Amino acid sequence: MKNLYSEEIMDHFRNPRNMGVINDADAEATIGNPHCGDVMKMYIKVAKRPLSQKLKVKSKKLDKQTENEEYIKDIKFQTLGCGAAIASSSIATELVKGKSLTEALKLTSDEIARRMGKLPPVKYHCSILAEEGIKKVIENYENRRDKNQ
Amino acid sequence: MKRIYLDNAATTPVKPEVFEAMKPYFSRDFGNASSIHSDGQQARATVEQARHEIVEVLNCKDSEVVFTSGGSESDNLAIRGIVESAVGTRRLALGGWQKNPQTADQLPHVITSAFEHHAVLKTVQMLEKSGEIKATYVKPDKEGLIAAEDVKAAIRENTVLVSIMYVNNEIGTIQSIREIGKMLEKLNSARSEASTGRRIYFHCDAIQAAEYLNLDTKYLHVDLMTLSAHKIFGPKGIGLLFMKSGVKITPQITGGEQEWRLRSGTENVAGIVGFAKAMEIIQNAKCKIRNYNSKTEKLRDKLIDGILDRIPKSRLNGSRERRSPANVNVSFFGAEGESILINLDLAGISASSGSACTSGALEPSHVLEAIGVKPEWSHGSVRFSLSPETKEKEIDYLLEELPKIIEKLRKMSPIK
Ligand code: FES
Repeated sequence: MKNLYSEEIMDHFRNPRNMGVINDADAEATIGNPHCGDVMKMYIKVAKRPLSQKLKVKSKKLDKQTENEEYIKDIKFQTLGCGAAIASSSIATELVKGKSLTEALKLTSDEIARRMGKLPPVKYHCSILAEEGIKKVIENYENRRDKNQ
Repeated sequence: MKRIYLDNAATTPVKPEVFEAMKPYFSRDFGNASSIHSDGQQARATVEQARHEIVEVLNCKDSEVVFTSGGSESDNLAIRGIVESAVGTRRLALGGWQKNPQTADQLPHVITSAFEHHAVLKTVQMLEKSGEIKATYVKPDKEGLIAAEDVKAAIRENTVLVSIMYVNNEIGTIQSIREIGKMLEKLNSARSEASTGRRIYFHCDAIQAAEYLNLDTKYLHVDLMTLSAHKIFGPKGIGLLFMKSGVKITPQITGGEQEWRLRSGTENVAGIVGFAKAMEIIQNAKCKIRNYNSKTEKLRDKLIDGILDRIPKSRLNGSRERRSPANVNVSFFGAEGESILINLDLAGISASSGSACTSGALEPSHVLEAIGVKPEWSHGSVRFSLSPETKEKEIDYLLEELPKIIEKLRKMSPIK
């Protein structure tokens, strides 16, 4: 298998980070890969924290009243798929955990693929699945939040 | 611990006896069988002796065996060779070469199965796409069996070739080759008496059958048959096409006119010797052991029962009864094939899968699709292919490891 997947991928495949379910999640999202039929599910728990000074200047108009930002306090995934799909889920959750929603939304599949080391071209779409999973779960959260406001 | 190899349908190791038999033909006896000098004549004698040994198993004449580079080449030679020769005769019958493409009902018609090995299937599809033939892909039933009546029903006046595999490489189901062969033979003699329609040739890819089943070409009533050495503990790079005398075929590799002018290229002497030795070992074992297949069959059944007993939501793909002694193809719901394979590999076990994620094209196995296995199930398919060398303790170890792997992956899966 050494020639198929990099050390990084094998590490995440063997010991996936953030794998599991959040029972009282603030949002969840299930996405499927039309190419190969794989399925990924993401759960997030969102919390607020005061904006750091630097960020305050930048996003003044966004969150004036509260001066707080929402961030991913916890994230978990479940994936039915190939080694690259499991590893990219693990890497993606690790990359966004603790990040503000705004930052997390900036995650790209390229970044995930880069972290995976050598990724066979036929497996690029697996990292795209993870990016979409993160975007979708945040989107679901925001939709729900906006509806409740 | 030693690795456990359960992917014998992909390839097998060269047996030490086979390797020994091949050794002299690299550096010491290196002659070209077409040369006139003693070195060449010795090579010729070696090739012909090896051919003769193989011919005994196939119950055919020496001149009916053409050595090739392997199974894919043999399949290509059979299909393209028959089609091209049929087009040639047709053109002659119509009075020489015609510029205009033939009309659809004049095109040669080829019948094969929907779950054939890609060496046959893609070749037929390609010829169909380029407008050289018409094709019918007979569907197997849910058990993975092709009915002779379905083949018969697909026959048209212009049918020139039927190609059906002996044992399916993925699910191991055994096809009724003899029955289909006899049916075609009857039809052919009726056709020739009435002088209507063409002769229909019957090709069989017997690669996965060679270790266990009857390869007597007269018993099987085949006109062409493909075999390969590396699936029976012989070397890679050598195969053969049996071609009954009188079968007209257009060569696909031209040049020095070796192999009865049907396949040019300097003979792979060492490969041919290794091939014959591998066949001979099987024959000798079959003579010595009353039921050569039963040991492998017992282990196969133990593995199937063990999996179905210990792992919920698992199923066997393909007929249980009409099945190669070596094949176990199972699906697990809520676990993906590639992930299962990597985990097995980490546990020291080699197997293969028909899941979309393991195929470069990201498409699920056409074989499982053809027998109606739903994508959710084919996604989690694994093939274990045994051999007469497989040990019971290897199966026991697999039966210990596999449930843990499936459980672990199911824990990760959002779909249960
Ligand atoms: S998710 Fe199926 S190939 Fe990666």
